[in-house]
Amino acid sequence: MIIGGGIVGCLVGRELSRYQLSLVLVEQHSDVADGTTKANSAIVHAGFDAQPGSLKARFNVAGNARYEALCRDLDVPFRRNGSLVLAFTPAELPALHDLLDRGRSNGVEGLELLSGAQVRVREPQLSEQVIEALYAPSGGIVSPWEVAIAAAENAVDHGMELRLDSPVEHLLRIPGGWRATTAGGRELEARVVINCAGLQSDRIHNLVAEPSFKIHYRRGEYFVLDRSAGQLVQATIFQCPSEQGKGVLISPTVHGNLIVGPNAEQVASPDALETTTAGLESVRQAALRSCANIPFQAVITSFSGLRPTPSTHDFIIGPVPGAPGFLDVAGIESPGLTAAPAIAEHVAELVREALGGLVPRPFNPRRRPMIRFAELSSAGKAACVRADPRFGRVVCRCERVTEGEIVDAIHRSAGATTLDGIKRRLRPGMGRCQGGFCGPRVVEILARELGVPMTAIRKDGPDSVLLTGETKRETKRETKSETKSEMKGVPA
Amino acid sequence: MNAYEIIVVGGGPAGLAAAIEAHRQGVRNILLLERDRELGGILQQCIHNGFGLHIFKEELTGPEYAERFICQLRELGIEYRLDTLVLDVRADRSLDCVSPQHGFETLQARAIILAMGCRERTRGAITIPGTRPAGIFTAGAAQRYVNMEGCMVGRRVVILGSGDIGLIMARRLTLEGAKVLAVAEVLPYSGGLVRNLVQCLDDFDIPLFLSHTLAGIRGRDRVEGVTIARVDAQRRPVPGTEIDYACDTLLLSVGLIPENELSRSMGLALDPMTSGPVVDESLETSVPGIFACGNVVQVHDLVDWVSEEARRAGRGAARQVLGSRPPAQADLATRAGSGVRYVVPQHIRAGGLDGPVDLMLRVTEPRHNQWLVARSGAQVVHKARKAHVTPGEMETLRIPAGKLNGLAGELTLGLEEVVS
Amino acid sequence: MKRELICIGCPMGCRLSLESDPLAPKGYRVSGCGCLRGEDYAIKEVTAPTRMLTSTVRIEGARLPRLPVRTSAAIPKERLGECMALLGGLTEHSPVIMGQVLVRDLFGTGVDLIASRSL
Repeated sequence: MIIGGGIVGCLVGRELSRYQLSLVLVEQHSDVADGTTKANSAIVHAGFDAQPGSLKARFNVAGNARYEALCRDLDVPFRRNGSLVLAFTPAELPALHDLLDRGRSNGVEGLELLSGAQVRVREPQLSEQVIEALYAPSGGIVSPWEVAIAAAENAVDHGMELRLDSPVEHLLRIPGGWRATTAGGRELEARVVINCAGLQSDRIHNLVAEPSFKIHYRRGEYFVLDRSAGQLVQATIFQCPSEQGKGVLISPTVHGNLIVGPNAEQVASPDALETTTAGLESVRQAALRSCANIPFQAVITSFSGLRPTPSTHDFIIGPVPGAPGFLDVAGIESPGLTAAPAIAEHVAELVREALGGLVPRPFNPRRRPMIRFAELSSAGKAACVRADPRFGRVVCRCERVTEGEIVDAIHRSAGATTLDGIKRRLRPGMGRCQGGFCGPRVVEILARELGVPMTAIRKDGPDSVLLTGETKRETKRETKSETKSEMKGVPA
Repeated sequence: MNAYEIIVVGGGPAGLAAAIEAHRQGVRNILLLERDRELGGILQQCIHNGFGLHIFKEELTGPEYAERFICQLRELGIEYRLDTLVLDVRADRSLDCVSPQHGFETLQARAIILAMGCRERTRGAITIPGTRPAGIFTAGAAQRYVNMEGCMVGRRVVILGSGDIGLIMARRLTLEGAKVLAVAEVLPYSGGLVRNLVQCLDDFDIPLFLSHTLAGIRGRDRVEGVTIARVDAQRRPVPGTEIDYACDTLLLSVGLIPENELSRSMGLALDPMTSGPVVDESLETSVPGIFACGNVVQVHDLVDWVSEEARRAGRGAARQVLGSRPPAQADLATRAGSGVRYVVPQHIRAGGLDGPVDLMLRVTEPRHNQWLVARSGAQVVHKARKAHVTPGEMETLRIPAGKLNGLAGELTLGLEEVVS
Repeated sequence: MKRELICIGCPMGCRLSLESDPLAPKGYRVSGCGCLRGEDYAIKEVTAPTRMLTSTVRIEGARLPRLPVRTSAAIPKERLGECMALLGGLTEHSPVIMGQVLVRDLFGTGVDLIASRSL
């Protein structure tokens, strides 16, 4: 039983679905990738930042190396665009050089220091104030939620059961394993339980053992800019890290947008997901230091994500004393996305130990390829529509996503059932119009394909009602015009 | 059949009027492409009345206005396709489009008329801080749900933006049983018609807060409340002026943006003040043979003027195709002068004009008792007295051909005080 | 009785002030008008305000679930609520032609409810 359907839980699920196991992934929200996985920088880090000897360092570099093959198999976009860490003052140079040393210790390849002039040849838009930079060619960009969704689909295709809307409330030790009770009183039993619960991973741990770590929530806010700004920089541009964290970055995204952020602010609750004026302004000011020309008038949206920061300052991966068959995979904050594929492989080995062996089953690591209509050639588009006319109806004008793709995304394993589920699988709602044009059409298609009324479709979770009812219900209404006339004593 | 004389991109009021006029001018091989399931564009969801007051002398609803043109299009036998999205337009006047019925096609035209309309500005683009729950809609998207799908979008509503779409939806939602708690407008005046302020807000006792904006949104899954606040001169919320509303819906009516992605990728010159293509008096863009009209050129407030502008584009494209267009002589650039925000067309092929030129413009702020003056240097070319001008209402200055033919350089349009 | 209102006759939006005055020709004195129409508007708005109603009704057998409708002329403003309640109970059936009368003589006003489009 895997608790938590973020990038870690989904990749763990995929690894374990290679073996003859009965496997279930239990996720509190209505979709996988609905927590921190959908709200982060989306960077596949080179690995120079992690402390040598830490689990972060070990899994960062190992995970980074796996991304090409993983994304090819899962048919999700990935690009190795390189990273640059900028130093603006001589006082920052020791920190920069420390990153170089750390990176080399961690086994990161291709690291080099560039002068300010060399940096500006590579990236003409960067500030004149840059005096030196660390260049890491192995840095990359990816779409984290697409990786998680594709991994979940691949796992479900190989027998993993996916239980959504199922937050775990109790875990009881039973002979041979564990019994989990999810909200609503449903029960599940398993020999091995893997805690991939992200922001909730301390709460889940504490259901089975004494608290040994605490998850702190550090919020980061971001801007996303229109595709027209996507060529501002080629590499992911970092600033020298401070006590706050890795600092504000500017990066192209794998879909051609530009992402700017994050700041780092400790918040009290895992629900504190609001963006703030002060937070976004601090991101803006910090980012302008790296590049004064960021076209903030091209911002199309902003969001915030919470890092599950462990009190131990490193990943917590392994069995829990006194809780046989229970594995923690907790505190997977940055570089968690990068590390996830390597963590998943390691967790599979831990499961092998816990169960005393794993028997492989026939496994196809490649999920069924996605048809991305917008990326097809003219001939490809023509053939696609001839085969299925639904690919000829473009629903999302901004990202050119067709009805055929939306229908497919609904009916695949781990398919979409919500508006945001379609957004994360296919992009409608992530473009310039932010769902203004395509929203009603996507809701219509979801309702039709799932066989429910439009009013039943949700944005994300069960309480995120979009449409509150139908017009033309019998409503007792007193129009203000009647009241107003009475009040002002108008002669009849 | 892949080649046409004129292809019109968009079957809303602009595209319809342009196609009909081109036909009237004698062009027969016309194709109109519309991405939605029916013609009429945004008018089909504008079920309120007030359309056609000027060109039909009637107050029609959106669908009724659209129907006048759709009927005419059909009667003339002009070919059109629905469910067809144009993916790419090129300077050689070829374009790619896709539809379920015809698949992916590349078509060729001798002239193309762009009439793609506009999209709504979003919450993300104006960076309203807070959570991202369900229950936040742009006014147009809400209008589609309510008027076409028959779905209500919420029960307790706050509206940001007092332009006509926001005002119309305030009334619409109230009549359908929702409670509209307030309308906040960031400017010190409303951009909507006075009639709408009275009949959409006053009639229902909905308070309008000028110089206010949204300072925050709360609610995890669905909107639970919003905060509005007064703004300073930089349009930033002033601390201490916040008003909280418990509501489940936020409607955004914060501006329309001409939908020029095709224009941009084709390399048409765009005017940053209108966000639309630079056009001349016949609505031809910077690429020969490519014309544009309607909201894609400038955001209009009255559909009547959209139709008039579109007829000019249809005529321009037809004359281009029929070879009856007088050759360009001097080029006169128009400029926005004092009190004017922008002027369309951005340039006039003065010399060989065979009819008056309609200059369309918006002012920068509301003013009373002004002359609208067109000057060439210090020389007054033409002027008109305006009792009342406001940014929310587009103005037109019609200048006879005789006054323009022979001019070159710049023509500046500005407001001047009436000196009694 | 005194009342402030905004005239909607033209974009000027004159702010009008109306006061009942038995000695005045029409029973009211109106000030603030920029033109003659303002006075007529103010008096009508205060004595017998009317409004056009545009809305939708359910429709079955059509490709959309709602049919846009409107009143053929303005109806007394105080009837709007009743009218909306009536609309709530209507279900039309396709085909409906634009302009078709759906309800004759709403509440004795002489005004019809007509279809605003064909569906």
